[in-house]
Amino acid sequence: MPELEKTPVEGGGVIPALEALDLTLSWDGGEHIVARGISLWVNNGEIVCMVGKSGCGKTTILHALSGLTKPLEGKVLLRGEDFTGRPGSVSYMLQKDLLIPSKRIIDNVCLPLVIKGTSKREAHKFAAMLFERFGLGGTERLWPSQLSGGMRQRAAFLRTYLQGNNVALLDEPFSALDAITRVDMRSWYCEMARSLQMASVVITHDVDEAVTMADRIYVLKGTPSAGVPTTIAGEICVQRDEAMAAGNVTDFSLTPEFVSYKRQVLDLLEDDEVR
Amino acid sequence: MATNRLSEPSRTRQIAVPTATVAILLVVWELVVRMGFVPNFLLPSPTQVVSALVTDVQLLASHAGTTILEAVLGLAIGVAVGFVAAVLMDRFETIYLAFDPLITISQTIPTVAIAPLLVLWFGYGLAPKVILIVLTTFFPVAVSLVSGFRSVDPDMIDLMRTMGASDLQIFTQVKLPAALDQFFSGLRISATYAIVGAVISEWLGGFNGLGVYMTRVRKSFAYDRMFAVIILISLLSLLLMKLVDLLERVCMPWKHVEGK
Repeated sequence: MPELEKTPVEGGGVIPALEALDLTLSWDGGEHIVARGISLWVNNGEIVCMVGKSGCGKTTILHALSGLTKPLEGKVLLRGEDFTGRPGSVSYMLQKDLLIPSKRIIDNVCLPLVIKGTSKREAHKFAAMLFERFGLGGTERLWPSQLSGGMRQRAAFLRTYLQGNNVALLDEPFSALDAITRVDMRSWYCEMARSLQMASVVITHDVDEAVTMADRIYVLKGTPSAGVPTTIAGEICVQRDEAMAAGNVTDFSLTPEFVSYKRQVLDLLEDDEVR
Repeated sequence: MATNRLSEPSRTRQIAVPTATVAILLVVWELVVRMGFVPNFLLPSPTQVVSALVTDVQLLASHAGTTILEAVLGLAIGVAVGFVAAVLMDRFETIYLAFDPLITISQTIPTVAIAPLLVLWFGYGLAPKVILIVLTTFFPVAVSLVSGFRSVDPDMIDLMRTMGASDLQIFTQVKLPAALDQFFSGLRISATYAIVGAVISEWLGGFNGLGVYMTRVRKSFAYDRMFAVIILISLLSLLLMKLVDLLERVCMPWKHVEGK
């Protein structure tokens, strides 16, 4: 098992792109604790997965990381600066692509820029340069209903990227896709996120997805609905050789290393129902 | 292997079947009157109705102009009032809780019962007619808009907030376009209410309009003219609905593209 490196700031002097410090989260202002002691970080170009069974509070943690909700205790730092409870600084992407049906793809993609005050014309000009790179060439003037599930997800990812700050929070982003498209999209996402040096926190209940995509995996354990707050049961560093790291996640999933990492995650989830 | 799956009827079939049904009904109606099964003074034949329509076309056009003016004015104000009411109800929960039951109750009051009161309060001019149309048309618009605003996926609102969107941006970029579909359904209903509302208000007092004309021909037992004006009212309602459809096509181009 690779050695864990929990605090890159110490010694290395690296400030993580996003860092959560000892978060305590609640659904109802304090009476019902969902998660406790959540500390995690993610660097530029790194993909971090949070794995846990359904209902363990993964989305609640992601909401706190995005600033949509305020934790009872703890802080969220964006490149070292406290932005706890302040939405609008990091990108957020959900399993639903959430493209607005009444906007053409280019307008959907440009939405974060337009909201921040960029003129529509400037935003179009900037985004148009990225369409080819994101595999969306020729779709600029189409409506969302004219795109396939995979293409819509690419458009949603380009919109996420344009939200800025190069930090993306992804809530089961590929779970609504069919199995074949999902595998393609995972590979594509890993390649894009690493080449754009984007810091990604992905939540999933799919252990295979976590092991194929992540550089590090945080395993979450707990049943908040039964009064057991979720905590981080362990952190696993996934190391691949260079060819695999380049984005060929499908090949990696066929290696003995993959099975070994999967075993480690499952061992940490032991009492949960993910198996 | 045979399949039980129902397929969409062809465009030709969609037009031919109802056209044939109407044509058959008209022929039966014509025959029933001509063969004397129903006395002619009680029920004019379709050809007599068309003849009355052609003979009185100028008079009808003049009365129709008044009715259309009242209907369009009332509908425009009704839509504006409905829109403002829906926005306030969506924005402020207290306003929603306070006015939702009142708006529903207001729709249970029959139009014919309010019309004489409006004449009493506002006279025989344009005002009582427009007010009556506003009262009947704002409801479908307000209800459909409130429902449309509330149909927006909460995740979409969260996503907009992560982009740093203000309440106004969330409204203009997400809520308003999402409510358009339901808004046009409501507007289509309001458009038909507008013409009918105008006619009802004219029955109870006024100097011009299709309702006034209708009262006159009824009193003179000219049932062929009575039917002629009924047909004209239906045609006007259909025309207004068609205009709403056209407006919808212009405002919602994404609804009419072929999906993947």
